[in-house]
Amino acid sequence: MLQYIFKRLIFMLPLLIGITIICFTVMHLAPGSPTDLQTQMNPRVSAEAKERLRTMYELDKPLHQQYWSWVKKLAVLDLGKSFSSDHRPVADKILERLPITILLNILSMLLILLIAIPIGILSAVHQDSPFDKITSVFVFVGFAIPTFWLALLLMIFFGVNLSWLPISGIRSLNYEYLPAGAAFWDLIKHLILPVLLSAFGGLAGLSRYMRSNMLEVIRQDYIMTARAKGLSERVVIYKHALRNALLPVITILGLSIPGLIGGSVIFETIFAIPGMGQLFYMSVMARDYPVVMGILFIGAALTLLGNLIADVSYAVADPRIRVS
Amino acid sequence: MMTDFLERFFKNKMAVAGSIVVILLFAVSLLAPWIAPYDPSTIDLKHVLAPPSFGHPLGTDQLGRDVLSRMIWGARISLKVGFVATGIAMLIGTILGAASGYYGRWVDATIMRFVDIMLCFPTFFLILAVIAILEPSIWNIMIVIGLTGWMGITRLVRADFISLKERDFVSAARVIGASDFRIIFVHILPNAMASVLVATTLGIAGAILTESALSFLGIGVQPPIPSWGNILTAGKDNIDIAWWLSLYPGLAILITVLGYNLLGEGIRDSLDPRLR
Repeated sequence: MLQYIFKRLIFMLPLLIGITIICFTVMHLAPGSPTDLQTQMNPRVSAEAKERLRTMYELDKPLHQQYWSWVKKLAVLDLGKSFSSDHRPVADKILERLPITILLNILSMLLILLIAIPIGILSAVHQDSPFDKITSVFVFVGFAIPTFWLALLLMIFFGVNLSWLPISGIRSLNYEYLPAGAAFWDLIKHLILPVLLSAFGGLAGLSRYMRSNMLEVIRQDYIMTARAKGLSERVVIYKHALRNALLPVITILGLSIPGLIGGSVIFETIFAIPGMGQLFYMSVMARDYPVVMGILFIGAALTLLGNLIADVSYAVADPRIRVS
Repeated sequence: MMTDFLERFFKNKMAVAGSIVVILLFAVSLLAPWIAPYDPSTIDLKHVLAPPSFGHPLGTDQLGRDVLSRMIWGARISLKVGFVATGIAMLIGTILGAASGYYGRWVDATIMRFVDIMLCFPTFFLILAVIAILEPSIWNIMIVIGLTGWMGITRLVRADFISLKERDFVSAARVIGASDFRIIFVHILPNAMASVLVATTLGIAGAILTESALSFLGIGVQPPIPSWGNILTAGKDNIDIAWWLSLYPGLAILITVLGYNLLGEGIRDSLDPRLR
């Protein structure tokens, strides 16, 4: 097992290097240099100060040296300082917003699993039944619907027309004065719509995937054997077939991480949730390059980490993977 | 072969429905100047945020512009973005996939690692980061969506090339002295076009969704150019008073994307009924 994990880690190393190279390239797409932005609007900045800034960002050195010193800083999570007026370290700004984004993504992933797997199983077991047909339509619409639009509609319906759910932020204004129970309920109410919507995008994909997995497994010889032994249909489906159909879902969960993280930009912006996605959006609008590059890197690194966890869990669940 | 394909295609109701949607969209985009009831950018401050009525079937926006006319012109934008962005992705994907599958060895290893690296980035993050640097404009968006969407096509084309290059007709071409270039583009590629066509149709749907999300966030097609995404931004800003700004453009995106998806899946099923 340890050997397998070690092998995966070695395999990830070139990917990590590649990620840093792409981040670095994107950063240098800018016409002129990043320091122009801080200085060109400000008449008080002298040529000498510009030069100082250039030296600070080491823009006077050749590219490979710039890259090398950037990577060295990256290794100790030194992502530089924000261009915004607070000039805080980028790593701090990201770290304080990361927990809420990760919480939202984990919640929506759980929701996806809870809904998509039963749907997938049922529509496979009852192939071509009315249930299967209805879910197929749902899947098609689910693939095509712009989720930010669905968010708008639900905000109009539940937030504006019915006033059942709040449509912005994660806490009410009077949050600090609420007793513990009410405060918790307040947080839940704020999270319902964002979690529901960010799960929606993944639902269609996973239930379809689960369905085709299950259909494939049901046709295998060992399922026929199980039936021939006289086992009840229940045991055949939920014990023999389900376990094998569930395995590849682990990989799909790993693959869905970049989509979920990317989607957090849209949901956190629409619902004004102070997470990493919203920070990213605001930094893009404000041209705060160090923060943009920091989050771009962290987003890719999180994906890599998620894939590693998925690979290792797969190996834990399926001994065949470890050996080959 | 072709008649078999057409017969299967026209028997598939979903595929026919998808093609009707796509054909209608083309018609609307081409005829926009003639069928739009108003000029899409004429500001009419006397009729700001007017609800749907006989004069303005889908209402007006915050500057009194006719929403129906803006949506008709918006269809042009999404068509353009969908085709150009996916065209770029298809070009890159086909070339890299062909090289990877045909040459194998280190060429394959390098290109596949590059694909793995690109897939680590949340696509939306990468697009936003590049847009932050390059200024949002319709051309930049098309290019960036294309540059971040070629990985799936690369993998498909590579898989096709790996199996096709072992076939007899390729060996025969090699024996009569055809160059690599000729074998790749004249002999193998036409046989791999089927999966590229399907991926491209589905890719157009994806590109249209991405463009609308970007425009909705204000980093895509910039007003006053009308796009379905940026009409929805106005819908969000006036969420409690003007539902029509939120409802109709989203419906248009949904139907369009659904149309391309049905068309793509229809082509796939008709090309090879065994794949169903």
